[in-house]
Amino acid sequence: MKHRYLPMTETDKKEMLATIGVQTVDELFADIPEKVRFQGLYNIKEAKAEPALKKELSAMAAKNINAKQYASFLGAGVYDHYTPSIVDHVISRSEFYTAYTPYQPEISQGELQAIFEFQTMICELTGMDVANSSMYDGGTALAEAAMLSAGQTKRKKVLVSETVHPESRDVLATYAKGQNIEVVVIPHKNGVTDIDQLNELVDNDTAAVIVQYPNFFGAIESLSEVEKAAHDAKAMFVVSSNPLALGALTPPGKFGADIVIGDAQPFGIPAQFGGPHCGYFAVTKKLMRKVPGRLVGQTHDDQGQRGFVLTLQAREQHIRRDKATSNICSNQALNALAASVAMTALGKKGVREIATQNLQKAFFARETLKQNGVEVLFDGPIFNEFVIRLNKPVREVNQKLLEKGIIGGYDLGLTYDGLENCMLVAVTELRTKEEIELFAKELGDSHE
Amino acid sequence: MNKKDQELIFELSQPGRIGYSLPELDVPEADLSVLLPAGYLREEEPELPEVSELDIMRHYTALSNRNHGVDSGFYPLGSCTMKYNPKINEDVARFEGFAHVHPLQQEETVQGAMELLYDLQEHLKEITGMDEVTLQPAAGAQGEWTGLMMIRAYHEENGDFNRTKVIVPDSAHGTNPASATVAGFETVTVKSGEDGLVDLEDLRRVADETTAALMLTNPNTLGLFEENILEIAEIIHGVGGKVYYDGANLNAVMSKARPGDMGFDVVHLNLHKTFTGPHGGGGPGSGPVGVKKDLIPYLPKPVLVKEEGVYRFDYNRPQSIGRVKPFYGNFGINVRAYTYIRSMGPDGLKAVTEYAVLNANYMMRRLAPYFDLPFNRHCKHEFVLSGKRQKKLGVRTLDIAKRLLDFGFHPPTIYFPLNVEECIMIEPTETESKETLDAFIDVMIQIAKEAEANPEIVQEAPHTTVIGRLDETAAARKPVLRYERELQNA
Repeated sequence: MKHRYLPMTETDKKEMLATIGVQTVDELFADIPEKVRFQGLYNIKEAKAEPALKKELSAMAAKNINAKQYASFLGAGVYDHYTPSIVDHVISRSEFYTAYTPYQPEISQGELQAIFEFQTMICELTGMDVANSSMYDGGTALAEAAMLSAGQTKRKKVLVSETVHPESRDVLATYAKGQNIEVVVIPHKNGVTDIDQLNELVDNDTAAVIVQYPNFFGAIESLSEVEKAAHDAKAMFVVSSNPLALGALTPPGKFGADIVIGDAQPFGIPAQFGGPHCGYFAVTKKLMRKVPGRLVGQTHDDQGQRGFVLTLQAREQHIRRDKATSNICSNQALNALAASVAMTALGKKGVREIATQNLQKAFFARETLKQNGVEVLFDGPIFNEFVIRLNKPVREVNQKLLEKGIIGGYDLGLTYDGLENCMLVAVTELRTKEEIELFAKELGDSHE
Repeated sequence: MNKKDQELIFELSQPGRIGYSLPELDVPEADLSVLLPAGYLREEEPELPEVSELDIMRHYTALSNRNHGVDSGFYPLGSCTMKYNPKINEDVARFEGFAHVHPLQQEETVQGAMELLYDLQEHLKEITGMDEVTLQPAAGAQGEWTGLMMIRAYHEENGDFNRTKVIVPDSAHGTNPASATVAGFETVTVKSGEDGLVDLEDLRRVADETTAALMLTNPNTLGLFEENILEIAEIIHGVGGKVYYDGANLNAVMSKARPGDMGFDVVHLNLHKTFTGPHGGGGPGSGPVGVKKDLIPYLPKPVLVKEEGVYRFDYNRPQSIGRVKPFYGNFGINVRAYTYIRSMGPDGLKAVTEYAVLNANYMMRRLAPYFDLPFNRHCKHEFVLSGKRQKKLGVRTLDIAKRLLDFGFHPPTIYFPLNVEECIMIEPTETESKETLDAFIDVMIQIAKEAEANPEIVQEAPHTTVIGRLDETAAARKPVLRYERELQNA
């Protein structure tokens, strides 16, 4: 058969078979026992030519409502932010996206240096000493942080706040099962971690205390109090953080965090139905040799020229096998590159400005909703999300909002007892005053 | 900083330059010190670069010019399946209705995305011969761990708490034993025999009532088909264990032998390998897992179901191992894999495997006179050579790899698998032309001759790259893992 991805001609094939010394390609598969040999062709859809396939998939995509055509107030861990056009142009350079892990540094300096820059930017934003080259996502990074803590402290219990993303907590529970680690949830009080409960639960068996900043409800946790509770018990202080928020918020490193993890999706990575995003993992110098995943380090060649290599690989699965600190191999390198470009474009000033705009707009939206008679829960300091209570099911309200071109917020009743009819509202810098006012008006009306 | 050094983006920074275009703040501005509690408003600015848009584009263009991808040239990295990454995949993944869909939107607003995932699952079921597939795992290693967690849940459900061991061959990928550890198992190694295949006698010795599973790649990492696969599966099933298929090498057997028909109970695939991901400089990948009937209850949740033409995520799965990743997996990669499968169809996928195997055997036969061939039999999609002969001349496999760089080729995988001395593992893939294969072979032959006549040229390679061999020992001894201005001037 002929296909644009398969260049061999019949002449090529004949010559190659002759060189090998066989008559047919089938002979090369003679070592597959008759009993397991698959006969015929897969029962799957026939191949489609490029134009027809594009048309079909374009129609499939058009069935999905998306944030380019609707004004989205949905966040809950995945955000609709300004993405500089340059991001996609850089990651579309195929020298980057068609390469693999930079095992041969002499011809992979581009990727290695880009990752070195990514590591630096994550350190700068989080206030930490060392960051790795990326993780799958914020949720698995959080689970890895818990495992690292258990290994480091030789303790088997982790405390995680109820205000940490529910799906990250689900992932943590699965990993914890594998490692026989006990996970205890610290309840929330008024939308933030209940410090009294934390102080009661934390003890000498606690490997880590994990909180989110800003938390799942958008609120600013009291990191200084959590730090004290964790470190008094000699447990690791782990903070899951939206790195974009850290343009305006004091970084977790300043509060004494041992491990800071999270997802760099807000920096130039599209929502794409939940993945791929880009986990990050940052630690203090003390934990440098315990970090999961790949690290890029600076070195030089024999002429003294600066260069970059994968380093401290003795931690990793391909060297240490069953003694490795983690099983991660492929990571999210291309998305780390996207995040780097976005962080570079925003730069020192832009990252402050974008974060501040989120704060201002979310605050404005919260006030506007109040004025429209909507009940706001947990009225404390927030970043770009907050919780409101409706007098009917969120689902019903969101249905109505779609008719106005709005994607409504997240239905908290799906994951939190006691928060039925409550909506988590996200307001990024992309939401205009008009959109916010329309949203507030619609929700206000739905209250009547 | 050396004059020839490629500048870091931080070194291009000039105060006062910007590279962004944010909307004007159109809401009344409140005092930040009122909005945030004391101590929570960031004081020190993060040291991010201050550069213009053109500065950024030039910087990354310069970096890309210092990087080798499949589009730059041949990339025969064994076990990684570095095939061509089709451009239609990239276009489709960027459709607004795929790229800008939020995972927590109400299900009726994302039926198109769910339809794609469901149909991809159906295709992968047929391709692997398994009864159900989850697309949740982010990459192959996470798929391995997911599969092992399901096996663990299955045994525990049967009251079988003593199955603490996972058997892996000595030729296995490093992720296999690492995943077993993360899933709470001990690893036991089974030896390969003289023929490069699992030693059945040794397998019988290590398999017992403590065996939870055997993890196997077939063809194995030597590129050889495990002919005794049915017997292997029988031995493991006989002691009550499960057989796990590492799908890294699926490119070798599409339409030829399905894991489900070989006796495997769990399978993971690497969509960024066989199904043109792309590799992204190290990721993102996607690592779907397929299972046989008796393991279906343990699949990670949510499970995507179709009822009367409507797609829905089912969370009511009491025996599930739980969630392994937020949301539903690496959707963007799954879109690319689906586009690829639909571009190839049944005839295309069969041809993919046939050409991948033809190309590998052709290269192996042409190179055999010049290097040691540890296993002299038909290979599948990849094969291993040993650089033993060259080592005696003072030329190591690492040197051969570095010399290849001078000719614009990405070297093969080296020093893996661990059971072959001075190993060189070559996987050409089906998307390369005969001219490319021949050019690479000719260079390999030239290097073999150089090793005899002029070893220095190989030992001192590379000669033409933008940078010479790097001091990895220095990098590890005193790690510099981030940019700090002071350190650069030191």
